[in-house]
Amino acid sequence: MPESVQKIAITCVVNGEKKTFRAYPMARLLDVLRDELALTGTKEGCGEGECGACTVLLDGELVNSCLVPVMQAQKSEITTIEGIASGKQLHAVQQAFIDCGGAQCGICTPGMVMSAVNLLERIPSPSEEEIRTGLAGNLCRCTGYVKIFEAVVRACQAMEGKA
Amino acid sequence: MESAIVGQAVPRKEGREKVTGRARYVDDLRFPGMLQGATVRSSCPHGKISKITFDPRIRWDEFTIVTAKDIPGENCVSLLVNDQPYLAEGVVNHPEEAILLLAHPDKYLVEEARRSVSIEYEPLPPVFTLDDSLDRKEVIWGEDNVLKAYLVEKGNVDEVWTRADLVVEGEYRTGAQEQLYIENNGVIAVANPQDGVTIWGSLQCPYYVQKALMFLFGLAPEKVRVVQAETGGGFGGKEEYPSVIAGHAALLAWKSGIPVKMVYDRAEDMAATTKRHPSRTRHRTAVTKDGKLLGMEIDFVIDGGAYTTLSPVVLSRGTIHAAGPYFCSNVRIRSCAVASNTPPQGAFRGFGAPQSVFALERHMDHVARAIGLAPEEFRRRNFIQPGETTATGQVIHENVNMNHLLERALMLSDYHAKTERYARENHGSSIKRGMGFAAFFHGAGFTGSGEEHLASVVELEATPEGIVRVMAASTEIGQGTNTVFSQIAADALGLGFDRIEIVPPDTSRVPNSGPTVASRTCMIVGKLVESAAHGLKQTLIASGLLKQGYSAADFERACRAYVKKRGPLKSTSRYQPPPGIHWDDAKYQGDAYGAYAWAVYVADVSVDLVTYEVQVKDFVALQEVGKVLHPVLAAGQIEGGVAQGIGFALYENVVWNNGRMSNGQLTNYIIPTAVDVPPIRAFFEEQPYPYGPSGAKGIGELPLDGTAPAIVNAIENATGVCIRQVPVTPEVLMEALGVAEEVGKRA
Repeated sequence: MPESVQKIAITCVVNGEKKTFRAYPMARLLDVLRDELALTGTKEGCGEGECGACTVLLDGELVNSCLVPVMQAQKSEITTIEGIASGKQLHAVQQAFIDCGGAQCGICTPGMVMSAVNLLERIPSPSEEEIRTGLAGNLCRCTGYVKIFEAVVRACQAMEGKA
Repeated sequence: MESAIVGQAVPRKEGREKVTGRARYVDDLRFPGMLQGATVRSSCPHGKISKITFDPRIRWDEFTIVTAKDIPGENCVSLLVNDQPYLAEGVVNHPEEAILLLAHPDKYLVEEARRSVSIEYEPLPPVFTLDDSLDRKEVIWGEDNVLKAYLVEKGNVDEVWTRADLVVEGEYRTGAQEQLYIENNGVIAVANPQDGVTIWGSLQCPYYVQKALMFLFGLAPEKVRVVQAETGGGFGGKEEYPSVIAGHAALLAWKSGIPVKMVYDRAEDMAATTKRHPSRTRHRTAVTKDGKLLGMEIDFVIDGGAYTTLSPVVLSRGTIHAAGPYFCSNVRIRSCAVASNTPPQGAFRGFGAPQSVFALERHMDHVARAIGLAPEEFRRRNFIQPGETTATGQVIHENVNMNHLLERALMLSDYHAKTERYARENHGSSIKRGMGFAAFFHGAGFTGSGEEHLASVVELEATPEGIVRVMAASTEIGQGTNTVFSQIAADALGLGFDRIEIVPPDTSRVPNSGPTVASRTCMIVGKLVESAAHGLKQTLIASGLLKQGYSAADFERACRAYVKKRGPLKSTSRYQPPPGIHWDDAKYQGDAYGAYAWAVYVADVSVDLVTYEVQVKDFVALQEVGKVLHPVLAAGQIEGGVAQGIGFALYENVVWNNGRMSNGQLTNYIIPTAVDVPPIRAFFEEQPYPYGPSGAKGIGELPLDGTAPAIVNAIENATGVCIRQVPVTPEVLMEALGVAEEVGKRA
């Protein structure tokens, strides 16, 4: 970073908790989450917004945190993978990923779970096509996606059963 | 006693950590005061280093700088042939070759510093392609550029050409393919002359890294400790390469006395690390008019890049699989791996077999057409039967029935009805549909006498609480090692799945159970887990503390009593080859593998003649893999492997420019996404293998072998155009269709 650039104070709500920290305005949200806030569940896969391993929710919208300068997170509400379960109770999507074999090596899983959770919030009963499109921004090299699609369907059924 | 856990879809052992983001990968670990390491690499494919300049605007006194002169031991990455230096000295042999190393607490500054080292070269003539290397356009390695060569001879192939009714020739090529694990290569090193070296890393083979670092530092094994962190995919790409990055980080840590993290970004990982070897295969096949194979002459060449790495063994597997699951009395396979001035190629799931199987299964379709038989009928007449011999003279004792697999796969995919319908409906449509299949096998475990040399060991220990710990060097890289080992141990001991703990691979805690490669973890190491578990049970029974028909509570009481009375309760198992296995390494004859997985895959494709895009619409993968230990994990292996195979067939094109990958980004190196994959339907047949745990065989690499040829056979079925290479990108297809049109016009 050039010496003229100064760190600025950022305040935002992360996983329901108010956080204030200092960071360079153009620092990647991904690095700030991982390095400043120790939320290492958000992963870096490509650093150019192609793989989706760093997916988080910023004011309810899915973003690739590797492409978001932290100053854009000022006064925002962020949800990371660490904020998806309620205490020890896994989210239906997380449980379905375990039950259906949707996670293998696990490195894409946090981002994939974020996208699946967001998909089911937007479209509670997605079609197969909608599931595919909803997860198209998240690359997985292990599963061939088949078990991930099954997990989304299973989660959807579990959530409907509860509703 | 618990009911059988093997065969059940129990939850993945570390699943909860993975879905909650709590699993700790190497980049998630940090040490106080840790430095960030970076590698200054060659921009020249082949040349003498004439000058290194450090930009004076950087405060170099803040950096740790390591060159080849700082290496305490041998400057070579110890593997098969010690030709690869950790850091180039005087000469560079490929782009991206490591020349010097930097470390600094600030990762932004270390990156800026890396770009502030300029290196000048006196260029030497390079060789970039397999053909130029074979032609010895320049000699860049040894006396003839040949890293390794094999010759397999069966019968007398020279006698068949005159008595053949037909001789069919063909040449086939496959491109490089990037493993593209989503987690890049990375390690953290702690090193100093007093305590030795410790590595935490994303890796498949802890003991490979240990051996390499012993050479690099001149240290005894007890002074080099290698610990596997959670690993975000490997596929072979973390088989041998981690020895390189671990050595680099350790050299920086050794010199600075401070822990060093080195994690590549995507661009560096793609540019500098290994890929699947590009290949060229030539077939010359003699057949009778009723479709029997008389002779097969196969010439198989792979491009190994600048150094040997694992090329000899990749070549070996590709060679042995080159004649496939067919019986032919006269076979000659000549193969060689040649050097070029590109970064060294290395292990990638399938390990040479996807290349030679692609060629064979394309060629079998061509031979069938040439003699006027349907592709399935030609194969039926030539499939190997129990009691017959493979190309290496191995008598097949498995009760294999390839005809049955073929018939069932064609039925599951509705092959005949679809083929007929597509032929009818393709007329006048700009979307052409087609069906294709491939029949193949894949040997599990190390080739030939490899497993005997490895002599793998597994240890189990029971705690006083009746928890059984599995100690093995086999790594969990997503394929399910933790889960499957737990199932095997639980069943062998009659305990619940949750009573088994897997000790994280760490060379200071687990014995050497060999590398996590070659579809060997479940079949070979899993069998050792099973034997050691039986040993543990026998020890307790022999001590009088446990009786047959015991409960979990009885087991716990017995463990507590045993440990109190006699100390630690352990059981060790060492690999013993199955009886009757013989391999002649000099003649390349004999039992190449203890067991094979057998498969027929069927692809249903659509080809758009306007955009030249190919889509796989449906994919059936039928295989016989022995006992399926975990139905969800097994299907996951096949589905994921088929998706990688689709990438290999259609999308994944490494573009080389002066020996360097020029599309080393996920923006322009395309892998299948959620919208690209078809329904991948995996089916299993189970013929228990007596020497695998509960009858299991290897499974992991198999799906890479048959996917690409099935797809390209389907493209030919759809379009009538013969394509003999992968990937079939729209550009390749456009050119092939254009050539076909030209030929059509002239005719």
